[in-house]
Amino acid sequence: MCLAVPMLIKEIFSPHRGLCDLDGSLQEVDISLIEDAVVGDYVIIHAGFAIERLDREEADTRLALFEELATLREALV
Amino acid sequence: MKYIEGFRNPGAAAALREDIRALTEALPPSLLRQGYGGQANRTTNIMEVCGSHTMAIARYGIRDILPSQIKLISGPGCPVCVTDAGYIDTAIELARRGVTIVTFGDMLNVPGSDTSLAAVRSEGHSIEICYSPLRALELAREFPEREIVFLAIGFETTVAPALAVIDQAIAAGVENLSLLVAFKLVPPALAALMTDPDLQIDAFLCPAHVSAIIGADAYQPFTGSEGVPCVIAGFEPLDILLGLKGILTQLGSGIAEVDNQYSRVVTDAGNRRAQALMETYLEPADVSWRGIGVIPASGLALKAEWSRYDAEQRHNVRVEVGKMDPACRCGDVIKGIASPFDCPMFGNVCTPSSPFGPCMVSSEGSCAAYYKYSR
Repeated sequence: MCLAVPMLIKEIFSPHRGLCDLDGSLQEVDISLIEDAVVGDYVIIHAGFAIERLDREEADTRLALFEELATLREALV
Repeated sequence: MKYIEGFRNPGAAAALREDIRALTEALPPSLLRQGYGGQANRTTNIMEVCGSHTMAIARYGIRDILPSQIKLISGPGCPVCVTDAGYIDTAIELARRGVTIVTFGDMLNVPGSDTSLAAVRSEGHSIEICYSPLRALELAREFPEREIVFLAIGFETTVAPALAVIDQAIAAGVENLSLLVAFKLVPPALAALMTDPDLQIDAFLCPAHVSAIIGADAYQPFTGSEGVPCVIAGFEPLDILLGLKGILTQLGSGIAEVDNQYSRVVTDAGNRRAQALMETYLEPADVSWRGIGVIPASGLALKAEWSRYDAEQRHNVRVEVGKMDPACRCGDVIKGIASPFDCPMFGNVCTPSSPFGPCMVSSEGSCAAYYKYSR
């Protein structure tokens, strides 16, 4: 029920409506729950609503950690 | 988003699995609990609260790669599963009176006391399936002569969108839309589970998107000297493994803190706009959880001033406690006392195509997850 997907805000039509993109697939979503949403924000979409912003720096840090884990393990095996 | 592969990196998963194994071996013996349901093996019990975690854990086979000592207990975090049969009965009553019901698809096959919404729909009553509650507002505008009721179930994640829809309906002067409210809150459920004598929970793997709304600080009351580790994790397989590693690290060093492993989305304070909507429209209510019973202040009801948007008030109906098949063990499964395999109906008479209990109906129910991935 609480599944949600990250999407990129491509256009903002009103304080409520925006157009979001997930790998080329476009969807109109309600962005009223996001404070000061701007084009270029990644947001988490649940039931047609952006419910929170995705922090790209945090995501990149996490991905770098996973890369490192995988590389370290390869070096060991 | 090209990120997804990165969160499923097999090399990183293997490394995390080894870390988890080493941390488990180093756990103090006091963290070996007597198994549930007469199981001989002794376990360390981690409850994944959220149904989306239950589904991801089953889908990625995470149970199979954990040491046997680590037991993942599926908690009550599937909103369909904890919805009482009486709620379905009320929705059916409204549909039969000619109201248009708008609902997430999962609710369609949930057994009420006597029948389901799917059966009533096939009798010709108006029941619309939606992906977003915004659909209810669209229908209300499109058919001003009809009464529209949205089945407003869910945890904090889903509460905010439903309220945003009511907020927009009020702003637009739409008056033929109301909510049949069965909102539930995660923190009071954790409090009830922690003090339940039948359960021995050593740690909580906390939900991803509920936490996005309520914030990481909401779990502080469950930590500390009397508490357990509360680790927030995302829904990707590496998120979950990293969350489990965080839990085992805390258990091994005897600490119990909030650890936010989903910081790319979850902040300490949560989504203030969503919280403000909840404060405006809702107040705490004692609600009944299927399998657990009534938990004080564990749900939310519309404040009296918004009663015209409350389907129970508007249509003069009342949700009563419904009947359930006594052989169905959904209640025990929701509480984590029984695994789906412990239920005599699981997989033979009770299947996703002919479910007896909500845990088999909802795609995120424990029984449905086990049926699909673990038989």
